[in-house]
Amino acid sequence: MEFLSPATWEEALAAKSAHPDAVPIMGGTDVMVELNFDQHRPSALLDLTRVAELAEWGPDGSRVRLGAGVSYTTIIQRLGKHAPALAQAARTVASPQIRNRGTVGGNLGGASPAGDSHPPLLAADAVIELASVHGVRHVAAREFYLGPRRTARRDDELIAAVLLPERAGPQHFCKIGTRNAMVIAVASFCVTLDAATRTAGTGIGSAGPTPLRAVAAEEFLTAEFDWQGAGPLSEAAVRHFGELVASAARPIDDVRGSADYRKHALSVMARRALSWSVTDYRKGEAQCA
Amino acid sequence: MADSVTRTRTDLSSVTQDGVGTSPRRPDGTLKVTGEFAYSSDMWMEDMLWGMTLRSPHPHARIHGIDTTEALKLPGVHAVLTHEDVPGEKLYGLELRDQPVLAFDKVRYKGEAVAVVAADHPETARRALDRITVDYEVLEPVSDGRRAAFDEHCPRVHEEGSLPVHEEYNQKGNLVRYQPVRTGSFADGTPVSRLRAQAGAVVRTEYEVGMQDQAFLGPESGMAVPAEDGGVDLYVATQWLHVDQGQIAPALGLPDEKVRLTLAGVGGAFGAREDLSMQIHACMLALRTGRPVKVVYNREESFVGHVHRHPAKMRFEHGARSDGTLLYATLEIILDGGAYASSTPAVVGVASSLGIGPYEVPNVAVDAYGVYTNNPPCGAMRGFGAVQACFGYESQMDKLAEKLGMHPVELRIKNAMAQGSKIITGQVVDMPLPMAEMLRRARDMPMPPARDELPDPSDLRTLPGGVANTSHGEGVVRGVGYGVGLKNICYSEGFDDYSTARVRMEAIGGEPSVMVHTAAAEVGQGLVTIKGQIARTELGVERVTVHPSDTRVGSAGSSSASRQSYMTGGAVKLACEAVRERVFALARERGLVGAGHSDELLSLTGGKVVSETDGVLASLADLLGSDAVEETREFHHRTTRPLDPLHGQGASHTQFAMCVHRAVVDVDVDLGLVKVVALDAVQDVGKVLHPQQLAGQIQGGATQGLGLALMEEIQVEESVIRNPSFTDYLIPTILDTPPMRIEVLERPDPNAPYGLRGAGEPPTLSSTPAIVAAVRDATGRDLTHAPVRPEDIVGIDV
Ligand SMILES: Cc1cc2nc3c(=O)[nH]c(=O)nc-3n(C[C@H](O)[C@H](O)[C@H](O)COP(=O)(O)OP(=O)(O)OC[C@H]3O[C@@H](n4cnc5c(N)ncnc54)[C@H](O)[C@@H]3O)c2cc1C
Repeated sequence: MEFLSPATWEEALAAKSAHPDAVPIMGGTDVMVELNFDQHRPSALLDLTRVAELAEWGPDGSRVRLGAGVSYTTIIQRLGKHAPALAQAARTVASPQIRNRGTVGGNLGGASPAGDSHPPLLAADAVIELASVHGVRHVAAREFYLGPRRTARRDDELIAAVLLPERAGPQHFCKIGTRNAMVIAVASFCVTLDAATRTAGTGIGSAGPTPLRAVAAEEFLTAEFDWQGAGPLSEAAVRHFGELVASAARPIDDVRGSADYRKHALSVMARRALSWSVTDYRKGEAQCA
Repeated sequence: MADSVTRTRTDLSSVTQDGVGTSPRRPDGTLKVTGEFAYSSDMWMEDMLWGMTLRSPHPHARIHGIDTTEALKLPGVHAVLTHEDVPGEKLYGLELRDQPVLAFDKVRYKGEAVAVVAADHPETARRALDRITVDYEVLEPVSDGRRAAFDEHCPRVHEEGSLPVHEEYNQKGNLVRYQPVRTGSFADGTPVSRLRAQAGAVVRTEYEVGMQDQAFLGPESGMAVPAEDGGVDLYVATQWLHVDQGQIAPALGLPDEKVRLTLAGVGGAFGAREDLSMQIHACMLALRTGRPVKVVYNREESFVGHVHRHPAKMRFEHGARSDGTLLYATLEIILDGGAYASSTPAVVGVASSLGIGPYEVPNVAVDAYGVYTNNPPCGAMRGFGAVQACFGYESQMDKLAEKLGMHPVELRIKNAMAQGSKIITGQVVDMPLPMAEMLRRARDMPMPPARDELPDPSDLRTLPGGVANTSHGEGVVRGVGYGVGLKNICYSEGFDDYSTARVRMEAIGGEPSVMVHTAAAEVGQGLVTIKGQIARTELGVERVTVHPSDTRVGSAGSSSASRQSYMTGGAVKLACEAVRERVFALARERGLVGAGHSDELLSLTGGKVVSETDGVLASLADLLGSDAVEETREFHHRTTRPLDPLHGQGASHTQFAMCVHRAVVDVDVDLGLVKVVALDAVQDVGKVLHPQQLAGQIQGGATQGLGLALMEEIQVEESVIRNPSFTDYLIPTILDTPPMRIEVLERPDPNAPYGLRGAGEPPTLSSTPAIVAAVRDATGRDLTHAPVRPEDIVGIDV
């Protein structure tokens, strides 16, 4: 096995172009597990940890640009304001040790439907920045997940960053696990209310072959919600929202939980997250007035 | 963890520093916490080879051939061995010799060892495994324990006539052992309907306990080193060196003395190291290649590399009079032992004899079955057959209490056993059993603060689901539940599991020093300090060294059955007493003891021989000079008896122990998530030897029971394990583990050294039913399966 260790982004892109089957490795918290379990034996590893800019983040116009190699720990500590749902999701990932190493870039690279970054990226309408020797492409998270562990990233491309739109309203992420920490999601959900565009966003994890959106639920909420006055939603509306989220899921029965439970849990999480968001939104409106 | 340990009787004065009753530091403690401790998997030798195992991909298949040619051609491969290369006995086993060293003719579970390889690099060994071809004819597995027990047409896991015969086990078909117990009117065949008619309340339920893994952190590992005398030295993490030796030597065709074992650093055991794993394989490879061979299982392999807790299917019926007095109980318990017997017969012996728990019930019929299937083999795990039954009988007590409108503690007290009670085998409990008092204490302990009394009720860490942010208080309901269990301590049914200790006293550098040598396995429980504490207390010497455990001294028995403080502690005490007598005799020889001055008046204190009347007679250093006093003693517990195979009568147990738990939980009833808020215990240990380690045992045992209550299950489908990793086999984290208030009682058992009672297992029994009862209290659900799944709480079929 070859070990490629570029020092700059340009070298990394050149290496990926020259060795399209090289497996990039950032935190290694997925890659090393797969190697240990002997699940695959790549011809080469492409170590990205020496590329400094991958671990950087900062404003990019009105957006926040989050380098693919920023650790979950940094996200929790620094991005709580800009991307609260992503920070909440990061807080639920694994243990402190894994959060020190693991990255959103790695989560996107593996594209497991259980990855905790995905629902917040979908709900907030984030954009993935992909790069190769041929240039840079921007793909909306909502178009990034194509199939089971299959994404819009091409073999010669690396994930450079995630672009997070300016936050304009409440966001909530919740995740079910059968223990109270250090657990892969049985199902997860994220909702965002964007006052600027007056749209609602959703993301569903661990309940389908890919991370999913509940489009009908978003449309319903976008239409139903009192964006101006922030009046409370009726109980029936909240319930209907929960049902629409559950019906968008395409879960299976597996060792972590049954399909029926996943749907049920999604409807409960959706109702709760929506209620918290509406309350937050009202508080935010009150502050603006 | 803000635990508080309350001791109710303290009689722990110890004149010698770090003696019995104090909490000296463990010699391995700091090393383990800082990551410097050498576990068995850390061993390394310059010229060693790596051993690896080829395992069956099928739960049940006939083997038509094994071809190792291609594997042997690979450079770096030094040996590829199959059953044909086993030098001696081809079968081994803890209780019954029914398990092939390497599979021949058939494989009976997925993961069974078929061939072993030694190579100069683990990667080479792995590649060699890929090059071995095995010609399998896949057969349908026997996957259902109930079918294995009762269906006459069920295929046999072991061919008829191929198994060692034990009449007393009622073997038949796939039954490893069937043990009935009949008392009261069931003894003369009265039908249950007669008793049912007299009962004011009857509860009948089917329970299931899932297959639990011991989840030790140090996977199976060891190193075998060939010796010049044609024998082998094996360094291994195990629970009982001599029982390993007794199985390894015949398989190697060597006499016992040519197979010498030394305990390597053990990363947890909990029963999973009672059976052999890599021992014979490593020795075979070392003898064949003439090189040291190291074997280390990986985590996935470890899930098939050791036995698990027997999953149980149980049908319990209890009838009580309207005032709550228990009238009768009928129990059917099916324990799935998987492909090989392991300790299934003994597990059945415990499950049957302790099947109804610590309750006075005049009429009892128990039918306990241990069966062969093609599922992963099951055997010893902390609680050993008593855990499964306890989940059943405690659930029944709660149901009865509810039906009769009684408080669950009140019902239990009404039917509680005490000293002088008889268990269903007719054995009298001839030692203190303050069960009613323990239940009252558990009930009356202070409650944890209610949610609205918390300093910050919005702190996610206080809520079910934790930081995963699933509830801000919505759907959260509190529940309280109780559990009590009865566990036998030491081996049972006539087994003489003695222990041996060698104690040597000599003066080193002008200071009296003691060396304690046993073969007992330190598996994390803390025996290593206990041995030293006893020597200090008995011999009045502060400088005590504990020799590494090996087979150069007699057997210590297993680090199981909560027995090592009792048995090896007892042996060390005996050996110390013998040394002390010789020291007194030496003092007499030297004329230091006045005539007519009996030994009773003498003691060893502060490194001196002291007379009660005449004060200090001599310093040990002066008295010993350059002589050493060494004594070896065996300690045997009182004899026990087998259960009769018809009615299950017989005083089969050495000692009884008990723990009571009260669990307080917050349940998110909409999502089915649970936060255990408190898990408080009352345990009688007879005598506390090391308060800090005792608290650790109670906390650890309770936590393992918490795992079984809420998350731990090896999921087996069609005889295949679906979750062989710590990603999907979940064990409790610190965020799942609540503060534990612990009350310890010390009511001495007159039969036991210092009056002590084994302490490691009882909390594992009681915490599971207490937690499940608390979840029932919060949800009103039946919850008949342990572990409770979120689906069970929200009412979705699985
Ligand atoms: C004990 C444990 C617990 C875990 N718990 C969770 C959890 O709770 N939630 C969760 O979501 N995940 C969890 N994970 C999985 C893992 O930590 C996350 O998926 C993490 O985000 C991976 O990041 P990484 O930087 O370590 O990725 P790596 O392992 O380095 O890479 C992961 C994948 O992404 C690819 N990749 C990495 N960087 C790039 C790049 N810049 N461009 C293109 N491809 C790239 C790699 O080739 C690989 O396919 C856990 C893992 C472990 C070991």
